[in-house]
Amino acid sequence: MDLSAINPILLLASLMVAATPILLAAIGELVVERAGVLNLGVEGMMITGAVCGFIVATATGSPWLGFLGAALGGALLSLLFGVLTQFLLSNQVATGLALTLFGLGLSALMGQSYLGIRAPAFPDIHVPLLGDIPVIGPIVFQHDPMVYVGLGIVAGVWWFLNRTRAGLVLRAVGENHDAAHALGYHVRRTRMLAIMFGGACAGLGGAYLSLVRVPQWTEGMTAGAGWIALAIVVFASWKPGRLVLGAYLFGGVTVLQLNLQAAGVAVPVEYLSMSPYLATIAVLVIMSAGRAPGSLGRIFHAAR
Amino acid sequence: MKRRTLLASGAAAAALGLTGLPVLAQDTKTKVGFIFVGPVGDGGWTYQHNEGRLAIEQEFGDSVETMFVESVPEGPDAVRVMTDMALKGANLIFTTSFGYMDQTVEVASKFPNVKFEHATGFKDAPNLATYSARFYEGRAVQGHIAGHMTTSNIIGYIGSFPIPEVIRGINSSYLAAKAVNPDVQFKIVWAYTWFDPAKEAEAANVLIEQGADVILQHTDSTAPQAAAQAKGNVITFGQASDMAEYAPSPRVSSIIDNWAPYYIDRTRAVMDGTWETHQVWEGIGDGMVKIGEISDAVPAEVKASAEALRDSIAAGETHPFTGPVNKQDGSVWLAEGEKADDGTLLGMNFYVEGIEGDIPS
Repeated sequence: MDLSAINPILLLASLMVAATPILLAAIGELVVERAGVLNLGVEGMMITGAVCGFIVATATGSPWLGFLGAALGGALLSLLFGVLTQFLLSNQVATGLALTLFGLGLSALMGQSYLGIRAPAFPDIHVPLLGDIPVIGPIVFQHDPMVYVGLGIVAGVWWFLNRTRAGLVLRAVGENHDAAHALGYHVRRTRMLAIMFGGACAGLGGAYLSLVRVPQWTEGMTAGAGWIALAIVVFASWKPGRLVLGAYLFGGVTVLQLNLQAAGVAVPVEYLSMSPYLATIAVLVIMSAGRAPGSLGRIFHAAR
Repeated sequence: MKRRTLLASGAAAAALGLTGLPVLAQDTKTKVGFIFVGPVGDGGWTYQHNEGRLAIEQEFGDSVETMFVESVPEGPDAVRVMTDMALKGANLIFTTSFGYMDQTVEVASKFPNVKFEHATGFKDAPNLATYSARFYEGRAVQGHIAGHMTTSNIIGYIGSFPIPEVIRGINSSYLAAKAVNPDVQFKIVWAYTWFDPAKEAEAANVLIEQGADVILQHTDSTAPQAAAQAKGNVITFGQASDMAEYAPSPRVSSIIDNWAPYYIDRTRAVMDGTWETHQVWEGIGDGMVKIGEISDAVPAEVKASAEALRDSIAAGETHPFTGPVNKQDGSVWLAEGEKADDGTLLGMNFYVEGIEGDIPS
């Protein structure tokens, strides 16, 4: 056992990177659920985003365009979910699960000829001045741009939900869609837009894996990250601030347990492997879960 | 669980009823099924098994039909998938991961007329053969190169699950590395998955951060190669597939699982009616394990000595596990000149002397 082998600065820096894909997918799902829709297809939208992003990035040589393509791909797939659940009034749970299965299959098909190719490089940015601060600099200010884009999206969502009229309307739709409808708000339109935003964010999260984290396309590469994102939304009790905490906690413990293993810590490895999940559940339960949006998962029809 | 058992036994009963019937005329094609643990596009283990499946189609053309199910979890659910495949008329089913062992035994007992082949396990039956490759021979060649190439003397190893096959690989590469570099130290991380690119990349990064400049992996994706490439000056080895897209560096060589000849042979045996159960375990000498091209990133003299080691293992002159070797606790395992017996290797559950850390139990 040699704890001196663990460099806390590198550990904290990799925590931010490890948490980013989950954070991106979770913030999108948070908006969807605040609008009263439960989309269990996050995994499917993530993997579709991963393959779309990879295809666009390799075709154009630009990772930025890749991320744009990933957001579009995720949003398009979520549109399918939106039409089924909002206009054809299908069951949201079943449709979401189907979306995941569909996304996994579709992405495998689309990615057939992209196996074993490398994504174009996406260099880290060294934020001027801030990146030179000792200790804090390497931890916070020397990552790839998407880490900051992810945090920016979270801040934007917080501002939107708490400080804008449109955000208030979205929350009203999620809390009581009949009341919102009676006041003349467009429930379906609001939800469709929320669903597409969720799809775009999930797509970005997936592309973060295929363009930055792993930089290549492999089938099934999200390996359950979408489900973790879904869980983190619930644990964060639908609040953007806590969502960051949850994602960082999960990413942090994941990185920490690998570090402890490599340093030869004499804790049984199974416990170490379990630890990210246990820690996430424990902390967020202690923080006490909030109430879910009132109309979450319920079907809306104006004539009812 | 109870309902599943009921369903399975019902399915089996139905199948037993069916297998008594004469074979229908349109069923002249031999049907070969595959159960895969990962996606066929993993670029590693499952990809290579799928290449073997494609080789069967190439060889026999219209007289065979192959089918496969990918990403089947190791555990009870595999029973359902195998049963389904047998009910669809498969004559021969390859189950291609260690974790399918007990499920394969269970399903094979219900379908006496279907031939089963389980990769890397050790339980057989009259209609269940096992086959495996001596990957540890390739690991020895990797360890030899790794021991020469490391400058930090820290070698990182990404393990999947603590099963004998993985432990064998760790021990074999450690002994070979130690033989050429007495100062070498292994850091081992268990991922508890065969395939999770993000986690594998994470594990590789952690090992590199802790000073490793060589990464050996026993997981199936190419993510560790990509992680090593991003860091620069770290070398890796292709696992199961050549992973040549990462040559000449970080990937400096690879272990390639060459299943195609075996799959073709066994399919032919089923067609001829000469199929019999067996337990085969073949290595470099038989061509089941291949060492991928050693790239120019490796100095010429190291490349030459690694190739000499490879050839000597292939010829049966060198055994990677030759005494004197002690177990981790210091007790004697192999005396001077003694070679390990297959029984011990197949059930290997201990590290050799010099490796730090405990095997998760």
